[in-house]
Amino acid sequence: MANEYFLRMGDGERISMTREQIIADLQEGSADAADLGDIPELSGDEIDKLADIIMDPNRIVSVEPGMEIPVTHDIGSIRIDGDQGNSGVGIPSSRLVGCMMHERGFGADTMELGHIDYSFKPVKPVIAQEQQAMEVCQQNMTVPLLYGAMPNLGLYYTPDGPFENPGDLMKAFKINEARESIEHAGDHATRDITWIMQHLQKVGCDGVNFDTIGAAGDGDVYASLYAMKALREEFPNIYIEAGMAGECTLGMHGELEFEGKALAGLWPHEQVPLAEEAGANVFGPVCNTNTSKSSAWNLARAVTFTKAAVSAANIPCHVDMGMGVGGIPMFETPPIDAVTRASKAMVEIAGVDGI
Amino acid sequence: MPISHIMASGLTGMRAAGDLVARMQFSENMRINEAKDYVARKLGVEALDLSDEYVMREIREELDIGVLTSVPGCAKGIASKMNIEKLLDVEINCCDKFREITM
Repeated sequence: MANEYFLRMGDGERISMTREQIIADLQEGSADAADLGDIPELSGDEIDKLADIIMDPNRIVSVEPGMEIPVTHDIGSIRIDGDQGNSGVGIPSSRLVGCMMHERGFGADTMELGHIDYSFKPVKPVIAQEQQAMEVCQQNMTVPLLYGAMPNLGLYYTPDGPFENPGDLMKAFKINEARESIEHAGDHATRDITWIMQHLQKVGCDGVNFDTIGAAGDGDVYASLYAMKALREEFPNIYIEAGMAGECTLGMHGELEFEGKALAGLWPHEQVPLAEEAGANVFGPVCNTNTSKSSAWNLARAVTFTKAAVSAANIPCHVDMGMGVGGIPMFETPPIDAVTRASKAMVEIAGVDGI
Repeated sequence: MPISHIMASGLTGMRAAGDLVARMQFSENMRINEAKDYVARKLGVEALDLSDEYVMREIREELDIGVLTSVPGCAKGIASKMNIEKLLDVEINCCDKFREITM
């Protein structure tokens, strides 16, 4: 064990590896991202620096003084009062209290308010309640406060919504009908998101966090980008954060476009120009964690994808680093050693503007 | 987990100047170094000071832009944001609404 170092698997389990094994995994993970995204691999120096971060003997590591970045938040105060389905800790409290705890107690740089379901669609029937909560929170808080929710196109399909489930249609080889269903759902989601944010902007909301864009494929991205475009046109000063769901946009439809550009199959460095064009202020690139690979493999892969997105961006990139993305283990309470290593690597090697 | 990130690499919000840097990123699309330089210039400090609780505590109290602990009489909530607007030369939506209602 003298020449071995502790690190993690993608599911969070503690393992030990030699320096040579770690370097090999770093190179393999970076090469995988480079191959998929047609982007540069990490250089030898960057691999060495990443290895040093991973092999640091301390449990917690941190960035060098002066390199700190803003840490933005998703899920809102549901982290405090929510149930396990949202990784909440179930402390009974109002959303105002949850937001203020993040601001005053946890050192959050921004915060967001979110509905307990955390999707846009269910907000419509309770919009006045959300306006009231936003108004009270804005009156009491100092840090930027966004409204956060998931586009979640899945809620627009049967049995939860009005349009036939494209998965069912595709199984019956009704491809055109499936595409039409996705298009209808996308248009409705754009309309709903825009309507919800119009109401929240009226009561002083700072802006919106689109959380997990693309979780339901390219239709989800289509809906989000056109909602951003509409909001930017109507509210020139609105803050818009575009956080992705996955490293590659799944082509559930396959032919959807935003302003003439196909959405299916885009990687983070190809997603960010579209978010910019739509009017986003901040982009959240994602790289998904492979639970069967080591944290060295996952982190090198995530840093490679993210570095390319940061290079391609003209707006700040706040990399998504929750459970199961950005080199963080796919585990509800990710080990602190793994989180802080990933955090440092993203700032010092990928050059992110925030997390 | 968010606290792990904040401890490892965060600007720590109102403990220092994290909210101000984040606000410039969102309101002006500033990348990290540009946003830090802008805020540092407005505060009359070095960019390195923006994460220094010792430096920022006094500045925040002096400029009345919101302090972490509940100091009686200091600007809180929307009052602190009215001062941040003037300091950073930005418009904040809820402050606009507040002015609309009170004028």
